[in-house]
Amino acid sequence: MTGARRNPGPWFVAPAVLAIGLFFFVPVLAALALSLTDFDLYALARLTNLRLVGLENYERLLGDGVFWVALRNTLVFVLVAGPLSIALSLGMALLLTAPGLRLAGLFRTALFLPVVTTLVAVAVVWRYVYHPRFGLLTQALAAWGLEPVDWLGDPAFALPAIIVMAVWKNFGFNMLIFVAGLQSVPERLYEAATIDGASRTAQFRHVTLPMLAPTLVFVAVITAIGYCQLFAEPYVMTQGGPANATLSVVLLMYEEGFRWWSMGYATSIAFVLFVIVLALTLVLARSRRAAGEAVA
Amino acid sequence: MRRRAGAGRWRRAGRLVALHAVVAATAVATLIPLVWMLAASLMPAGQATEVPPRLVPAPATLAHYRTLLAGLDVGRAFANSVLVAAAVTAVSLLLNTLAGYAFARLRFAGRDRLFGVLLAALVIPGQVAMLPLFLLLRELGLVNTYLGVMIPGLASVFGIFLVRQAALGIPQSLLDAARIDGAGELRIYWSIALPAIRPTVITLGVFSFLGTWNDFLWPLIVLSDARRYTLPVALANLLGEHVQDTELMMAGAVVTVLPVVLVFLALQRFYVAGIVTGAVKG
Repeated sequence: MTGARRNPGPWFVAPAVLAIGLFFFVPVLAALALSLTDFDLYALARLTNLRLVGLENYERLLGDGVFWVALRNTLVFVLVAGPLSIALSLGMALLLTAPGLRLAGLFRTALFLPVVTTLVAVAVVWRYVYHPRFGLLTQALAAWGLEPVDWLGDPAFALPAIIVMAVWKNFGFNMLIFVAGLQSVPERLYEAATIDGASRTAQFRHVTLPMLAPTLVFVAVITAIGYCQLFAEPYVMTQGGPANATLSVVLLMYEEGFRWWSMGYATSIAFVLFVIVLALTLVLARSRRAAGEAVA
Repeated sequence: MRRRAGAGRWRRAGRLVALHAVVAATAVATLIPLVWMLAASLMPAGQATEVPPRLVPAPATLAHYRTLLAGLDVGRAFANSVLVAAAVTAVSLLLNTLAGYAFARLRFAGRDRLFGVLLAALVIPGQVAMLPLFLLLRELGLVNTYLGVMIPGLASVFGIFLVRQAALGIPQSLLDAARIDGAGELRIYWSIALPAIRPTVITLGVFSFLGTWNDFLWPLIVLSDARRYTLPVALANLLGEHVQDTELMMAGAVVTVLPVVLVFLALQRFYVAGIVTGAVKG
């Protein structure tokens, strides 16, 4: 007790460490074990029904066409929505930091607002925006003479529609980070470039982009990690349909685990997500190290 | 020479006009879905699906809000959301600041190794823990309870990290002076350290409140009783029965979104600062 009084450090961290340990690290380790069992509705009712099945869940995963569809959709979503979000956010960040722009703070707030909104609520809103007859988008396109499209009901358009919505929701976040990155580029670099007669395009390519490279990598990786976890948009807007066209890895995990109670199988799906996120994080760590070496 | 300078000025003015036009147009386009949500929520039934579309309700009515609150228990979901988000914010602020401050400024054996282990959690997506956590809470009798919804948010590694970064900047002389005055460590944490990192505490509070309010997957998993639904779960549920009632659904979306938008607008400065620190130092 006197030791505790002399050294309060462990007592300060104990509540948080216990909470995170008990409710995060223990479940993650348990997940590893759970993915090696056939935990299902029968085991949920009676734990003695539980069997250890080794890597059977992962084998089943490899042969499950629906899983590959979900993985493909998720990767397409990440690889299309990610670059779109980054391009839009970088473009808007460049415009927001352009010299002479009035009301920059107001514009920034407006562009950022979708980020703080509740995903489920705006997904509901976009469901109506995409309505094949009354939707704002459909009517706006009709005004340009374009044929109405059943955005969320057509397998060819459902995933693109969700991509557009997700870019709208998220680009403001990356934009803020880019604005901070752009503002931290030393002014003297631009002055030097101007004196050397570099055009604006040349300045962007040879000053802005290299100075922004670490921010760009960071934004790319956190955007990809966030988009890997696609769930609420398809859950609310399409339920994964039509014909699994918008089924994502997390949605499949949710359905297997909490609709069909195949919790062993669902956990192996969660680990696939873990591997993807881990790989992306390693990319970030490696490119940061490379950037650090380049500067040194 | 004078003519060329004049032409340059016109070109600059033209560029400024174009710049403002592009930025303003993008901002308006970004806001349109939210503006339409608000407008449609105030329209009489059927007006939101008229062709061509309307952006101004005529006449404006609060009927859908009344239906939501009186008939459909959205008021209860609102109260649930307030309760859960406020409680998670309060508890997580306490736990994260205690831990973050100690990791930064108190010495104890294994401190840095423990912090390193915690950081590893940032690499693991939360979904991995969800299935076993559900089973654990089931054993503890916490499924379908408010506490069950709150549990994953009680402490966060990112929060501890942010507090630690801020606490590293507290001048040592400030802490030493309090120790010489005979203040206990808890007292120093509460009266010296917390006020010194106030902006970070507010930032973290905003993050925590918005994050909990907007969370969907975990409450969806844990809550089975409609009376305990938080707003996002209640709204998704409402969609199942009232998908045809556009104006009513938009009122539900407004009720869900408006509180977080207001919190953000009021505390925007802290929120933005938090994102930027997280990005630069993370």
